[in-house]
Amino acid sequence: MTFELLCFYFFATVAVLAALAVISVKNPVVAALNLVLTFFSMACVWLLAQAEFLAVALVLVYVGAVMVLFLFVVMMLDVDFAPVRKGFVRFLPVGIFVAVVMLVEMLMMIGVHTLQTPLTGDPAALAGMSNMGWLGRSLFRDFLLPFEVAALILTVGLIAAVTLTLRKRTGTKLQKPSHQVRVKRDDRVRLVKMDAVKKGEATP
Amino acid sequence: MITLAHFLTLGAVLMCIAVAGIFINRKNVIVLLMCIELLLLAVNTNLVSFSRFLGDPSGQVFVFFILTVAAAEAAIGLAILVVLFRNRATIDVTEIDKLKG
Repeated sequence: MTFELLCFYFFATVAVLAALAVISVKNPVVAALNLVLTFFSMACVWLLAQAEFLAVALVLVYVGAVMVLFLFVVMMLDVDFAPVRKGFVRFLPVGIFVAVVMLVEMLMMIGVHTLQTPLTGDPAALAGMSNMGWLGRSLFRDFLLPFEVAALILTVGLIAAVTLTLRKRTGTKLQKPSHQVRVKRDDRVRLVKMDAVKKGEATP
Repeated sequence: MITLAHFLTLGAVLMCIAVAGIFINRKNVIVLLMCIELLLLAVNTNLVSFSRFLGDPSGQVFVFFILTVAAAEAAIGLAILVVLFRNRATIDVTEIDKLKG
């Protein structure tokens, strides 16, 4: 057993245990933190597969952004989780049954002999470049249009998230700068014609 | 040596855990979203390992796109969750049946 294989087993065990904790713990904050651990261990596993760029991207995007968003929402919403947990025991046997049957089926497929061959050398290193260069060459040469579409999707997601959570409150007093700038002298000042008052003259 | 089967088995195990999580946490929207993220992680692991096995960068490029779409999905999903909780004061899936005729 090589050191590489030992590392793989360690990271895989941590990832699976953390994933089991995600679906079984009571507190969603603990579940989110366990999901962070799962993602981190899987990033290590991806490093073992020489997918360096994606491993770093997983840590940055998921651990750094998505999971922080999850934690933020979980802590911001004051949810009472006791009634939500009610169906837990009832659906436990069904869930375990479906998962085990699926797992057995998939493992039977994986047992095919050709898949047991060890991985060959890193294809990026064989091509004489880093993983990032290898990936970027393919991304910007063959997948340029999908790359632009991905940027568009992120923009749409950003706008959608902001518009969904934007709240219009009635009864608040707001300044409207455009109205303030557009105001004319006539809107504010009214000239009134009246006779001058002379000294010593009794006012009527 | 690590074989392709190692990675595929890990992906399969993660995917089954996520499916079981969707079954047993049927009412909690937050944990359901987390289970979807786990499912995507399992799929991504398969894509990475096949890309490595076949020496084809397309698999890893696809993982890149899946990460992008999943980030947008998580942002919109959580925004919907916040709006839902603001309007109904619950995140129980079985109580969200207002559209039922």
